[in-house]
Amino acid sequence: MNLRAPDPRSAADPTVLLHIDWTKCDGRGLCTEILPELLARDEWGYPLSYGYGSNVPVPDRLLDAATDAVSLCPRQALTLIDR
Amino acid sequence: MNEALWALGRGTGVVSLALFTVSVLLGILNRSGRPLFALPRFSVALVHRNVALLATAFLAIHLVTLFGDSYAQLRLVDFVVPFLGAAKPFWLGLGTLAVDLMLAIVVTALLRGVIGVRVFKAVHWLTYLMWPVALLHSIGNGTDAGQAWFIAFAATCSIAVLSALGWRLSRGFVEYQNVRIGKAS
Ligand code: SF4
Repeated sequence: MNLRAPDPRSAADPTVLLHIDWTKCDGRGLCTEILPELLARDEWGYPLSYGYGSNVPVPDRLLDAATDAVSLCPRQALTLIDR
Repeated sequence: MNEALWALGRGTGVVSLALFTVSVLLGILNRSGRPLFALPRFSVALVHRNVALLATAFLAIHLVTLFGDSYAQLRLVDFVVPFLGAAKPFWLGLGTLAVDLMLAIVVTALLRGVIGVRVFKAVHWLTYLMWPVALLHSIGNGTDAGQAWFIAFAATCSIAVLSALGWRLSRGFVEYQNVRIGKAS
């Protein structure tokens, strides 16, 4: 529960969210490489999701890449959430 | 036929050790969170895994061919329980130990998504035990251990892994480490 995250729900949004568990993430930067359109790296190396906080909407065309990022994250900090 | 098996058994052992060495180096690089020249981070992770699996395949051939060899005098139990071998039980036992460790490491790595990152990590640390044990087995058990090419090979592998380990333990090993702990300290 991250109450401060902006609610990413809106009619036009994609149906899958990429959830980042910050307690697990170690900022290794694999996900930012695989999903450069979705995630940038902050100055400490952690992923930065352009205003979406911990739940980043994944457009359909990036779904495969997001799945790869989930399975390759060395800390298993990423999950995909259907909504 | 026996000659061929013997040659294959020895050769695959050396290739397996070489591949394991490369995988250890890539694993350490992977842990640092850095790319390898043009190879992005996720590719380093994938190559690390694939090279380890290839090494495992060569290890399997190493075991099967030497099982069929009369000189090595292997019994099935020697694949699982260390230090019971008929010939050179200590050095063979190190090989068995390395196989056991390797099985645990590979299986937990492949099941990482199921067993969770803690168990995976705890078992993966055993690689630092497995690699030297495998190297010692190759030196003590290998009939090529006295040959110049083998000494050069073993020395190259050892220097590479020791240097990587030195880097692993050094400050600034992890990318962004210096930024994260603060440049002032
Ligand atoms: S790959 Fe995982 S650990 Fe690395 S930055 Fe992304 S979420 Fe964090």
